[in-house]
Amino acid sequence: MKLLKLVPADTNIKFLKLRVPFFVVSMLLIVASWAAVFTQGLNYGVDFAGGQEVQLTFEGLDQAPVADLRDKVAGLGYGTPVVQEFGAPNIVSIRVPLPEEVEATPGAATEIGNEVIALIEAEYSDVRTDGNNTVSGKVAEEFRSAAVLALAIAMLGVAMYIWIRFEWQFGVGALFALFHDVSITLGIFAVFQLEFSLQIIAAILAIIGYSLNDTIVVFDRIRENLKKFRKMPLPELLDLSINETLARTVMTSLTLLVALLPLLMFGPASLFGLVLAITVGLFVGTYSSVYLAAPILIWLGVTSDSFVPQETEADIQERKAREGGQAKPATPIE
Amino acid sequence: MLDFPLWKKIMLWGITLAAALMALPSLFNAGGAEWPDALPEPTVNLGLDLAGGSHLLLEGDISSVAAQRLENMEEAVRQAMRNAEPRIRIGDVSTANDRLSFMLNEASEIDRARGILEPLMQGPDLVREWDLEVVDGQRMVLIPTQSGIDNALNSAMESAVEVVRIRIDKLGTREPTILRQGDTRIVVQVPGLDDPQALKELLGETAQLEFKLVDQNALPSNVQAGIAPPGSQIFPYAAGTDFEGQSVAVRRLGGIRGDRLTGATAGNDPQTNENVVNIQFDVQGGTRFCTLTRENVNKPFAIILDEEVLSAPNINEPICGGSAQISGNFNADSAAKLSIQLGSGALPLPLTVVEERTVSAELGADSIQRGLLAMLIGSIAVVVLMIATYGRFGVYATIALVFNVLMLLGIMAFANSTLTLPGIAGFVLTIGAAVDANVLINERIREERKRGRRVIAAVENGYKEASRAIYDANITNFISACLLGYFGSGPIRGFAVVLIIGLFTSVFTALPLTRMWVSGWLRKTRPNDINV
Repeated sequence: MKLLKLVPADTNIKFLKLRVPFFVVSMLLIVASWAAVFTQGLNYGVDFAGGQEVQLTFEGLDQAPVADLRDKVAGLGYGTPVVQEFGAPNIVSIRVPLPEEVEATPGAATEIGNEVIALIEAEYSDVRTDGNNTVSGKVAEEFRSAAVLALAIAMLGVAMYIWIRFEWQFGVGALFALFHDVSITLGIFAVFQLEFSLQIIAAILAIIGYSLNDTIVVFDRIRENLKKFRKMPLPELLDLSINETLARTVMTSLTLLVALLPLLMFGPASLFGLVLAITVGLFVGTYSSVYLAAPILIWLGVTSDSFVPQETEADIQERKAREGGQAKPATPIE
Repeated sequence: MLDFPLWKKIMLWGITLAAALMALPSLFNAGGAEWPDALPEPTVNLGLDLAGGSHLLLEGDISSVAAQRLENMEEAVRQAMRNAEPRIRIGDVSTANDRLSFMLNEASEIDRARGILEPLMQGPDLVREWDLEVVDGQRMVLIPTQSGIDNALNSAMESAVEVVRIRIDKLGTREPTILRQGDTRIVVQVPGLDDPQALKELLGETAQLEFKLVDQNALPSNVQAGIAPPGSQIFPYAAGTDFEGQSVAVRRLGGIRGDRLTGATAGNDPQTNENVVNIQFDVQGGTRFCTLTRENVNKPFAIILDEEVLSAPNINEPICGGSAQISGNFNADSAAKLSIQLGSGALPLPLTVVEERTVSAELGADSIQRGLLAMLIGSIAVVVLMIATYGRFGVYATIALVFNVLMLLGIMAFANSTLTLPGIAGFVLTIGAAVDANVLINERIREERKRGRRVIAAVENGYKEASRAIYDANITNFISACLLGYFGSGPIRGFAVVLIIGLFTSVFTALPLTRMWVSGWLRKTRPNDINV
C-alpha cells in the first residue's frame, strides 16, 4: 500500500529567514487586537454582561426576524435589547438588561423573560423556547474577574513548567507565543463582535493547552539538536528542527481540524462559539509555535551550552594531558 | 523492545478492559437498550444542558443574620437582667452599629451584670461569640466576634439548605441537586423542570412568621407617618388584606416566632369558608403561645409574615391547644404555598436568585443528537487520515483511539461524572488530539528508518525519543485543564473533566498499549522493512 505523505521527506524550508518581518506583523496584529478589544469592546454574552437572556428557535423559518424582534422587545421598555443569531440563522438569543430593583425580587427576572417569550409567541407561530437565563450583575462581575485570573494563571503556570523542563529562554518564548494566541483570538472576537461567553474562556484555556503542544514538540527537537550539532549556527539549527518536525505539525493540526470541522458544521448551535474559538486558536497556535516561540530563542541568546554540562577543572586537566598539554576548543559530539 | 513480559501484558489488558467495560451501561442507555438490572450499572450523568432543566444559584442575605442575632441577644440580655436576684435595671438599649449597648441604672451593679452576661457570650465549644466593653463604668457594649458571626452564618446557611430541600421535595420534583457553594450560596438543580417560576416563588420568601402584641398606645397619626413609639416597630399590612395601605405598631420584644411549628396545612374556616392555614406548634412553642395569649386576653396581636401584617385579631380567650389558624385573604393557591413554607420551617435568612439557567429538554436532546453525529463524522475522518498516512501503524492508532474513547466514557461512568454540552466538545477535542502521540511516534520511526536504522531499533527509538515530548505536552495540557476545572462552573467544569480524564486515557492507549501491539507483531513476523 502506498502511504500518504502530506509533507515530502527532507523539506528544507528557510522559515527563519523571514523571522523579522513575520515578527513585526505579529506584533502589529497583537496591538491591533488589543486596540479592537478596547475600542470596539467584546460582545459580552449574558454570562459576563448580566441580564435576562432568552433563546428561541424559529422552527418554521429559515431566518429569524432579528430586526423585527429588536423593535418589538425594545417596545417592552426594559432598555435596548441585544438580539443576535445564535449558532444558526433561525436561532436567536435575546438579552435585556435587568432593572436594578428586579435583581432583588425573586421571580421578577424570569417574568421579564416570559414577557418577551409571550410577546414573540403572539406574533410568530412555531417558536420553540430553548432557554431562559438570568445572571445578576454581581455574578457576572465575578465571572469576569475569575476569567481574567484563570487565563493569567494558566499562561504563567505552563510557562513556568517549560522554564523548569527547558531553560528560561524557552519559557519566555512559550509565554510570548501564548500571549499572541490569546490576543489574536480576543481580537477576532472583538472585530467580528462574536458573542463572548464563559465557553469562549474555556476554549481559550484549551487553546493554551494545545498551542503549547506544538511549541513543546519544536522545543524538544531544538534541545535535541543543540546537543547534537554544537557548532551549527542557531538560525540554521532552528530551521532544521522546525523542518524535521514539520510533518508531525501538519499531521496533528490536520487531525484536530478534521475532528473539529463536523462539530462546527453539524454540531449543536450552543457549541458554535466554543468550537470556532478553538479552530481559530488551532491555526494561530501552530503559526506562533513556528514564527514566534522559536525566533525568540535567537534573540534571547540560547546556546548549546545551555544543555551541555560545562567542563569542570578536572575535565580540562585530563583533556590537556591527553592532547599533549595543548588545550583545544571542544569538538562537537556527533 | 520485543521483550514484553507476560505480567505487563496482563496488567495493560486488565486496565484497558476494566475501564472500557464500565462504558457499556452508558452505551446501552444511549442506544435505548435495557441494561440488565442484576449487573452493576455505573452510568454517566447528563448535565442540565443536555437533559434539560433548571439551575438556580441562590445567595443568602448575610446582613439579616447579624440583625437577627443582635435582636436575640437583646432579648436574652433583658430577660437575664430581669430574672436576676435582685433584678438589675438597665436602660437606653441600642442595637445601632451592629453592637448591643445599654446603661446600668446603678454603676455598682457592674460586676454582677458582667457575671450574668458571661455565659451568654460563649458559644458552643468555648468559642467566644461576643466581646464585652465597658464605657465610663456604667455602659456595657456587646460586640459580636468574627468567629461568632461566622458560626451564626454557617448554621443559618446549613439550615437554609435543609429548608430549601424540604420545600423542593414538597413540590414533587424529580431528583433535585441541592448543594451549598462557598460561604453564602446554594446551588439548586432540578432536571426536567422547564419553568422554575413556582420553585423560585417558593424559595424566594423566608416565611418568617411572628406573633407580636399590638402597641395600643401608639398614636394612629404617628403610625401612619411611620413614627414608632420607643420599644415598638411599624409593619405595613400585606397586599390583598382588608387594611392594605395601613400600618400597625407592634411591641418589638416579647412576641413569638413561628419557627417552632410541627406542621402547617391549608384549609377552610368552617364558619366563613375563608381560605386559612392551620398551624401546629411543638410543645415548647405551644406553651409559649398559651402564655402569651393568656396574659393578653382582650388585647390585639398581629400575625406578621415576612415583615407584613396578615391580620391583627383580638385575643378572645387563651389559645392553649397547641394549634392556631391564620387568615389573611388567601386564595387556595397562596394558602397551599404558605402551608408548604411554614411546614418546612422559616428560612433563617432571605435568599435571592443571583443566577438562573433553564434549558428545555428538546434542546438538550437535539444537542446530544447533533453532538454524537459530529463526533462520529470527526472520528471517521481522523481514522481515515491516520490509516492512509501510517498504514499498519495507523490501524494500531485507530484501535487505541477506540479504546481511548471507551475508557474515557467508562472512567467517567465509574466516577459518576456529569457529561455536559461542552463535555461533548471535550470528547471531540480528545479524539482529534489523542492521535498526536501516535503521529509523533510514527513520524519519529519514519525518520529513524530514513537514517538507516534497522526496523526494531527504529521502532524502539521512535517510542523512546517521542515520549519525552508527549509527556511534556500532556503535563502542560493538564495544568491548563485543571485551571479550567477550578475556575469553571457547571457546564465548563464538565468540559475540563473530559479533557483531564482524556489526557490520561490518551497517553495510556497511545504509548504502552500500541507499543505492546507493535512489539507483538514485530516479534511474530520479524519484518526486514516496515511501511510507515
